[in-house]
Amino acid sequence: MAVSMLSAAEKRRPWILLAPTLAALVLLMLVPIGIMLVYSFYKFQTAGVETPDLNLGNWHEFFSDSYYHGFLWKTARISAITALLCAVMGYPPAYFIAMTSFRHKWLLLLLLIVPFWISFTIRTFSWVHILGEKGVINASLMGLGLISEPIPMLYTEGSVIMGMIHFLLPYMVLNIYVSLDGIDRNLISAARSLGCTNWQAFKEVTLPLSLPGLGAGLLLSFVLAAGSYVTPQILGGRKDSLFGNLIFDTIMKELNWPMGTTLSVVLLVLLGIVSIIYSRYMGLSTITKGLSR
Amino acid sequence: MKMSSTRRLERLKEAYGNGAIDRRKFLGLTAAAAASMGVMTNWSRNALAAASEVRFDGWGGVVQEAIDKYAFQPYTAKTGRKVVQGTFDDENVVITKLKAATPGQDFQVIHSSGVEYYKKYIDNGWVSEINEANIPNMANVMTAMIEPFRKMTPKLSCVPYDYGTTGIAYNTKVISEAEAKEKGANLLVDKKYAGKIGAYGDMVTRVWYASLQTGQDPNNAQDMEAVWAKVREARDMTKKYWSSGAELMDLMAKEEIVVTEAWSGRIAALQQQGAPVAYHDPKGSYAWMEDMLILKGSPMAECEELINFMLDPATAIAVAEGQNYPPSLDPKKVKLTDKIAKLPAFDPTGEMTSLTFANPDYWSSHSDEWTKQWDRISKGA
Repeated sequence: MAVSMLSAAEKRRPWILLAPTLAALVLLMLVPIGIMLVYSFYKFQTAGVETPDLNLGNWHEFFSDSYYHGFLWKTARISAITALLCAVMGYPPAYFIAMTSFRHKWLLLLLLIVPFWISFTIRTFSWVHILGEKGVINASLMGLGLISEPIPMLYTEGSVIMGMIHFLLPYMVLNIYVSLDGIDRNLISAARSLGCTNWQAFKEVTLPLSLPGLGAGLLLSFVLAAGSYVTPQILGGRKDSLFGNLIFDTIMKELNWPMGTTLSVVLLVLLGIVSIIYSRYMGLSTITKGLSR
Repeated sequence: MKMSSTRRLERLKEAYGNGAIDRRKFLGLTAAAAASMGVMTNWSRNALAAASEVRFDGWGGVVQEAIDKYAFQPYTAKTGRKVVQGTFDDENVVITKLKAATPGQDFQVIHSSGVEYYKKYIDNGWVSEINEANIPNMANVMTAMIEPFRKMTPKLSCVPYDYGTTGIAYNTKVISEAEAKEKGANLLVDKKYAGKIGAYGDMVTRVWYASLQTGQDPNNAQDMEAVWAKVREARDMTKKYWSSGAELMDLMAKEEIVVTEAWSGRIAALQQQGAPVAYHDPKGSYAWMEDMLILKGSPMAECEELINFMLDPATAIAVAEGQNYPPSLDPKKVKLTDKIAKLPAFDPTGEMTSLTFANPDYWSSHSDEWTKQWDRISKGA
């Protein structure tokens, strides 16, 4: 009897420990999402005023208006480009940090985190002073006499992608690093002793084993880029808005909450689908594995 | 019909919120009621808290710095009551926050953008009823500025405070005064400056200037197709839509743009900093007024006292000179300074007939549709 009671208590214990987190998740995430979903069926009356006359008008507008589809496509395209560039730029430093015999490896990892000590908005604004017509690059090139007119770099799609890479690269490097650091070095030595060149050992052993980290980095970068609002707002021109800006303007400028929440749910579903696809092929556990190390 | 205690207290709160009873009486009555019920009501706690501070939300930057320096700091020194300040770069942001907050508690006094926005507060049921007897300095405010608000709500929820224009600012190293005056509103769609033009990313300003550029009355445009075509034409020449006074000043100071619509006061501030910038109000330039709006549920007596202090001629003149926008004080009743007389948009007659304000009926009837259309065009549609 005592054994079975203890067993029941043991069974309850994880739930008791999880209860605060679950309560927070339900109250702070699921309930707000539920409210958003309900709001998407409300009727917009005038700026800032809506009525709970449940209808499918907002959803019909979304599905029938190509304006919204264009933004979804552009957001997906720019997010994918950003994530891929982050992977290309993030792999070498992650590899270097993981494989270096430098005694103070922690210092290199610390350098990755240093940018987070500065406000994200300030970091984004710093690009204005670098890419602007009077910015560091143009001023230097003109000072050296290499160009006579400033190169238009700011307020372009390129400056938006650059701003997002600046923000997302540390996430990518850390994810790849965790994956590379977990590889048993004996496997690489074995490949080398069996006749592989360095490149072959990397291609056949290191790269495949680091794919979960690379995949997790790609997923995180894509999701964060797709939800980005501040970077396109500050560094983008008139045609560089993303879906996040569309949601912001619908809610904050048009004061049309029902349509704004409809678009928010759409973005949520889109990113959910991407995560499901990732989970199907890579497994979401690869992300938690990295975090649990 | 028997009235419940809750209903009685709600009515009491409403009377206090509307200024029908003062705070002392309200607190006394609620405290008596609370003592009888053995509880302290939520709103009496708020009223007690409000006794020591008032919440104000404004446009930030040099404008709010002037208000803080010349109005709030002296007010706090005099009364001991603190003014807790917040800022916004777009008043719609405040409206969005208000929908998720409790007007009167989280937000109390708003530096609001005239009658166009006044209607939004009315539509949402957030307007209070000011007891004008508590603001004796209102007697000095121009009647021409008060009347548009009174037409919308006979019992005012706000008091006009300043006014200005959205004219054209240009870099004097690139554009001459003669060229600016000759081209007027069309300077903003001059192909010669394509890629170096800035613009305020706001529907009313965009439609207003497109109306001028197509030769139409901004308060009664008949050919909207032509207006939208002009908005698109201007968009394709625009380097950046700015969204705050600080951003406008930054773009002009760094010479990222050489011409833009601009708020007169911000350009005056830039000129004082030595930037090579001039300001021109073309014919039909967009004039606007701003008001101090008290939200429903706010501690009325304290808010009214603050606004009365802000309207005191010495305070209002100091603020006007600091923020570079003329005050709402009637020049026929209050002697204003030479510096104010030289500010753009200043109307020495006190009648406001020389300025073109937005017709609230015309603009509010099209606001939702045009905001959506503008939002799309601004994103390339």
